[in-house]
Amino acid sequence: MRTRPRYIAALFTAVLLATTACEGGDGGSSGNSSNGGQYPRNETLYTSGSAWGPPTTWNPIVPGYATGTVGLIYEPLFIFNPEKLELEPWLAEKGEWSADNKTYTVTLRDGVKWSDDKPLTADDVKYTVELGKIKAVPYSNLWNWLASVEAPDARTVKFTFSDPRVQEWENWLYENPIVPKHIWESRSEADITTHKNEKPIGSGPYVYQAHAQDRMVWKKKEGWWAEKALSLKVAPTYIVDIVNSSNEVALGLLTSGRLDLSNNFLPGVANLLKGDFKVKTYYAEPPYMLSANTAMLIPNTTKAPMNDVAFRKALAQSIEVKKIVEGVYGNIVKASNPTGLLPVYDQYVDQATVSSSGFTFDTAKAKATLASAGYRDTNGDGKVEDKSGKPISLKLIVPSGWTDWMEAARVIAEGAQAAGLNIVAEFPDAAALDDARTAGKFDLLLNNWTGVSNTPWTYYNYVFQMPVQAQQFSANFSRYQNQAAWELVQKLARTPSDDPAYKTTITELQKIQLAELPAIPLWYNGMWAQYTESTWTNWPSEASGAPKDFPSTWNNMWELGSIKMLTQLKPASSK
Amino acid sequence: MRRYFARKVAIYLLTFFVAVTLNWLIPRFMPGDPVLRMLTRTSVSNPDAIAPMREYYNNVFGLDVPLWRQYLNYWAELLQGNMGISVWLFPAPVTEVILDAVPYTLALLIPSILLSWYAGNKVGALAARRRWLDNTVLPLGYALTATPYMWIAIVLAWSLAIIAGIFPVAGGYSFDLQPSWSLVFFNSLLQHWFLPFLSLFLVAFGGWAIGMRNMIIYELEADYANYLEALGAPRRLIRRYAFRNALLPQLTGLALQLGVLVAGALVTEIVFGYPGLGRLILMAIQNQDFFLLQGAFLFIVIGVLIANFVIDIIYVLVDPRTRTGMTGGAA
Repeated sequence: MRTRPRYIAALFTAVLLATTACEGGDGGSSGNSSNGGQYPRNETLYTSGSAWGPPTTWNPIVPGYATGTVGLIYEPLFIFNPEKLELEPWLAEKGEWSADNKTYTVTLRDGVKWSDDKPLTADDVKYTVELGKIKAVPYSNLWNWLASVEAPDARTVKFTFSDPRVQEWENWLYENPIVPKHIWESRSEADITTHKNEKPIGSGPYVYQAHAQDRMVWKKKEGWWAEKALSLKVAPTYIVDIVNSSNEVALGLLTSGRLDLSNNFLPGVANLLKGDFKVKTYYAEPPYMLSANTAMLIPNTTKAPMNDVAFRKALAQSIEVKKIVEGVYGNIVKASNPTGLLPVYDQYVDQATVSSSGFTFDTAKAKATLASAGYRDTNGDGKVEDKSGKPISLKLIVPSGWTDWMEAARVIAEGAQAAGLNIVAEFPDAAALDDARTAGKFDLLLNNWTGVSNTPWTYYNYVFQMPVQAQQFSANFSRYQNQAAWELVQKLARTPSDDPAYKTTITELQKIQLAELPAIPLWYNGMWAQYTESTWTNWPSEASGAPKDFPSTWNNMWELGSIKMLTQLKPASSK
Repeated sequence: MRRYFARKVAIYLLTFFVAVTLNWLIPRFMPGDPVLRMLTRTSVSNPDAIAPMREYYNNVFGLDVPLWRQYLNYWAELLQGNMGISVWLFPAPVTEVILDAVPYTLALLIPSILLSWYAGNKVGALAARRRWLDNTVLPLGYALTATPYMWIAIVLAWSLAIIAGIFPVAGGYSFDLQPSWSLVFFNSLLQHWFLPFLSLFLVAFGGWAIGMRNMIIYELEADYANYLEALGAPRRLIRRYAFRNALLPQLTGLALQLGVLVAGALVTEIVFGYPGLGRLILMAIQNQDFFLLQGAFLFIVIGVLIANFVIDIIYVLVDPRTRTGMTGGAA
């Protein structure tokens, strides 16, 4: 009995020593030497920032799949080049509209193969598109305006439209990957959307290597079609995507050189860039990050006083966005253009409209706008009452725990209070907020589902989509009804980008949006991307000669050109 | 003896029933609808697809029947070892998700609970008789036991992992490894395990050490100790008796503390990005994943009940009074 404590203590120290002693390998792994690991450090790209849970599905049809399932494994017909704002042929060699814009013909590349060596043919494309006939497939609405799809030969696919929505179709073309018919056709209709699709067979540059609770590992495939067709070669042999746990963990991994690319939102990253941590971002100066989406203040236009455009205007004028950009974000985001169009669409912004009817921060003006619309402080509490003299009391809701948005909401409420609007920020649980937003049971909220895409159509569809239904899942949370605007949005969907009507339609939509303010654009959220150069260099950046692809691993960014980032990376000069 | 255990087993079964029921009930009181949240997350932009998708998923998760029916189905499925499909990690079955995580949580919990209890009691007992040890262990113990789990975890991660670089920052094993029966892999597991273990160990250790020290001092002043001393028994013998007596409340304390330790482990896992149950529970709550939440809590409930049962048995072994009480007091 008496000897045991010493024995246990000895064992304990031994364990301790053993763990520290063998630290030479992992702890000091910032060097390029392989340290017994299966993935040599200088051939492996470590990423994080897109997976929020253990990888459990590799089914590209239903969102929620492991990072890279679409992009690295399954590929779309086209990818989108945000620099040139045009689609680039990917699996397709070319795609052409018929003269009357009723049919679209895709010619596939020759020699594209699935990772099981079967050829990718027009039948696979036809099969993938026809999956949309199953209601539970997210893109089933395609068949509201697509009439038929035919595969006259192995490399040609012909789409016939009942309602040719050019922009919407181009959006579909690059957002949805092609799946192999020979594997999927044996699956039942229910299986298509519920199958986990382990060990996915795709056409992309990587194949499944391994996964665990906290990581997803992809391995380079030999003979990816683009090596021949486009002379593109992905650099990393392995990609290890680390599941997000906390900011501290991401920061710790990044600064210790164990993570190459972090697409996490790291508050205070500006300080990190100034310090000696060897962390880089796209821009060396504010805003450091590219803009990924527009954060919008959504007023519920079915409720008074948010149904009054003068009120919305005054609200917009009361918000000091600069304070959010500088105070809350430390300059890692940019204030939005009043139109809310992302910087990639700058060429479509109608400057005349913006200068004549855009809004700017001006508390005095906000007060004047309120006064002239009949909102007066009748009971002398410093806050305006509505037109009938009843006090106004509104809540701006933001998910609890989203610290940056919570702070931003406080700034918005502060500005509104200064202008005499009684708005307070509240932070319900994210789930409760989702419910409120879908059901329209809120006064004001923030939302940013306005991501960068091939066309401003997605943005205007988000703002103006009709008809307003009992539950709004993805667009028009303001529940704003404007038939004229909605018709313009639909017209935009049908207009090719090279048609002069394309730009004029966008201008008209800007006019309506600025006059009516159904949603108030505030700032552009960043495409968070922090990287280190200890293992990989030639990251995308503003520097001349550097690649300009989106430096992101977020799902659906691969199709926006991030996949090309992998082909541009260069190993750091081996020591 | 048999009556004692029969009664205990009955109590545990009842507790299990109540716990499972609460477990089923509580997530359903959370605001929000899991299927709606799932559809929101997948941002279905197609208004026409939403109604059929919702109906379809409600059916998949068995949410399209009345609540009482859902409750009965839950028991029926549970008894077959089926805990449903995760909403958040759709389409993974909950059992599979949890079984992947449980080994990590157990590997943290069991050693940290046992070692901290053992080491804490030993050091506490020593502290009670050495002044210099008392002067160091007591304040240290108070500081440790009052430290929140996540705080000590963050301090350890920051100092030993990020600044000193001795230990890895996150993960269950090195990100460049695949599980195998190799020394390299085992080594990596151990390195990643050590800091989360240490933070749990330290906090619990402080509590046990203080408890034991106070208990020993109390026991040494008890009548039997004075009597023994008056009889001229050696100090060593008196201390041994005191230690044995002081151990009993500590054992009860262990049973009571289990829940707290489990909660602490969950927080610690989140700080270290350790792939155990902690993060799963957090995400399950945020995503209204009833089934995953039920599964994870069920595991915890079963674990705590089993541990308590084991402690009950040990109690019988170490405390002769319980034994005499059970046999009806033969004396």
